[in-house]
Amino acid sequence: MSPRVTLAVARRVLIQLRRDRRTLAMLLVLPCLIMALLWWMFQDKPSFGFGALAPALLALIPFIIMFLVTSVTTLRERTSGTLERLLAMPMGKGDFLLGYALAFGLVAAVQSALAVTLSIWALDLDVHGPVWMLLAVAVVDAVLGSALGLFVSAFARTEFQAVQFTPALVIPQILLCGLFVHRDELPPFLHGVSDVLPLSYAVDAMRKVSGDADPAVWGDLGLVAAFALAALVLGALTLRRQSE
Amino acid sequence: MMKSGVDVSDLRVVRGGAEVLHDLTFSVEPGEVTGLLGPSGCGKTTLMRAIVGVQRISAGRVTVFGEPAGAASLRARIGYVTQAPSVYDDLTVEENLVFFAAVLGVPRDRVDECLRVVALEPERGRVVRALSGGQRSRVSLAVALLGEPALIVLDEPTVGLDPVLRKDLWETFHRLADEGAAVFVSSHVMDEATRCDRLILLREGRIIADDTPPGLLEKTGAEDIETAFLDLVARAAS
Ligand SMILES: Nc1ncnc2c1ncn2[C@@H]1O[C@H](COP(=O)(O)OP(=O)(O)O)[C@@H](O)[C@H]1O
Ligand SMILES: [Mg+2]
Repeated sequence: MSPRVTLAVARRVLIQLRRDRRTLAMLLVLPCLIMALLWWMFQDKPSFGFGALAPALLALIPFIIMFLVTSVTTLRERTSGTLERLLAMPMGKGDFLLGYALAFGLVAAVQSALAVTLSIWALDLDVHGPVWMLLAVAVVDAVLGSALGLFVSAFARTEFQAVQFTPALVIPQILLCGLFVHRDELPPFLHGVSDVLPLSYAVDAMRKVSGDADPAVWGDLGLVAAFALAALVLGALTLRRQSE
Repeated sequence: MMKSGVDVSDLRVVRGGAEVLHDLTFSVEPGEVTGLLGPSGCGKTTLMRAIVGVQRISAGRVTVFGEPAGAASLRARIGYVTQAPSVYDDLTVEENLVFFAAVLGVPRDRVDECLRVVALEPERGRVVRALSGGQRSRVSLAVALLGEPALIVLDEPTVGLDPVLRKDLWETFHRLADEGAAVFVSSHVMDEATRCDRLILLREGRIIADDTPPGLLEKTGAEDIETAFLDLVARAAS
C-alpha cells in the first residue's frame, strides 16, 4: 500500500462525483431537506418528536446514502473492467478500499456538517454534547456504509440488483435501532439481533451526544468503527486478482 | 541463458465447466510483434488473460520474463488492453491517464507522450463517454502504454478503427517491439496477419499453426493467410 495510490483513488472518486452534478446536489441537499421535513412534521407538537428523532436520523442518513452510492460505484468498477485493470497494476487492495473510504468519508463530513448546521441553528435542535462529535459519528457511519456497499457489490450483477440490497440491509436496521421501539423494550430475541447491528450503536452514540453534556460515546463509536473495519476486510476479500 | 518473454507450456483452462484451452505450448519473444489469430470464441481473450495473470488456470505453466504469470513483480511490467475499453467513462481522457499514471507511479510527462502515440491530444479534455468507440479504445491503449511495459498484450485493439488509424497503430506496435518490448496482439480479422512478425493461429482452443506469415504461406501453398487457415482446418479434420 502507498499513500500516493490511496490518494489518487480518493481524488479520482471525488472528480467523478463532481462531474455528476445531480448526484452531488442530492448528496448535499437531500439530508437537509429530510431534517427540515422532520422538523415541520412536529411543528405543532414541540414538546417531543423532532428533538428525539433528529439525532437518530443524523446517524441513519450518511450510512444509507453512502451504502447506496458506493455499492453502485464499485459495481460499475467491477463490470466496466477498470477494477480488473487496477488489480493487474501495482495497486494494493488496501489502496482501493481506503481511497473509497477517504473520498466518501469526506463527502459524508460535508453532508453532515450541512445537516447538523441547519438542524442546530435553523431548526433549534438541542445538542448538549460537543457538535464535532456528531460529525465524527456521522463520518465513521458513512465509512461503514461505504465499506458494506463495496462488499455487497460483489454479489450483484447489475445496478438494479445492487440497489435492492439497500432495503434488505438497511430497513431491518432502521426498525431495530431504537427509533420505533426502545431497544430495551424489544422482545429478547430481537434485542439480541439489534445488539449485533452496527446502526444501533451509531444511533445510540448520536443520542448520547445530543442529550448529554459529557457523553460517553467512545464505546459506541469504537464499535461502529470496528464494524467498519470488519466490512473493509470483507470488502478486500471480494477484490480478487484472478477469476475463472 | 536467454531470457524469453512469455513461455506457455501445456496450458489448460476450464471456464464455466467447459475446457476452453487444450494444452497449449508456445512462446512470445521480445522484439517481435506476435499475432494471435482465430475466429470469435476460439479462446484468444482467455489465453491473453492467462498470460496477464488474471485468469485461473487448470493445468500447465505460464511464465513471463521467467516468473509465474500474475506474480506481483510483473504487474508494473505488463500493459494489458482488454477487448472492451476499461477506462472511466465519466472522466476526461486526461483525467483517466493522470489517474493511472499516479497508480503506476510514472511521471506526468508520460501522459503527454502516450496521448501523442495514440493521436488523442486534441481530445484530451473531453469526457470519455462522449468519444467514439475507436477513440475510447485508444484511451485504453494509452493507459496500457503509460508504464513503458516490457510486455504489451492487446486484445483486438484495431476493431472498429478506420484504415489509416489502423495502419498507424500497427506501426506503433512495431516501434514498441523495435524498442525491445514483446508485443502480443489478437485479431479475428485474418487480413491483419501479414502485419505480424510471427503468427499463432488458434481454433477451438488449439494451436493449428505457429510460424512467420511467409513461412505459413509456403507450408500451405496458399495465397493468403485466410486461405491458409481454412487449409489447415480442412487438413486437421481429415
Ligand atoms: N466468463 C466466462 N465464463 C464461462 N465461459 C466463458 C467466459 N468467457 C468466455 N467463455 C467461453 O470461453 C470460450 C473462449 O472465449 P474467449 O476467450 O472470449 O474467445 P475469443 O476471445 O477468441 O472470442 C468461449 O467458448 C466462451 O463461451
Ligand atoms: Mg475475445
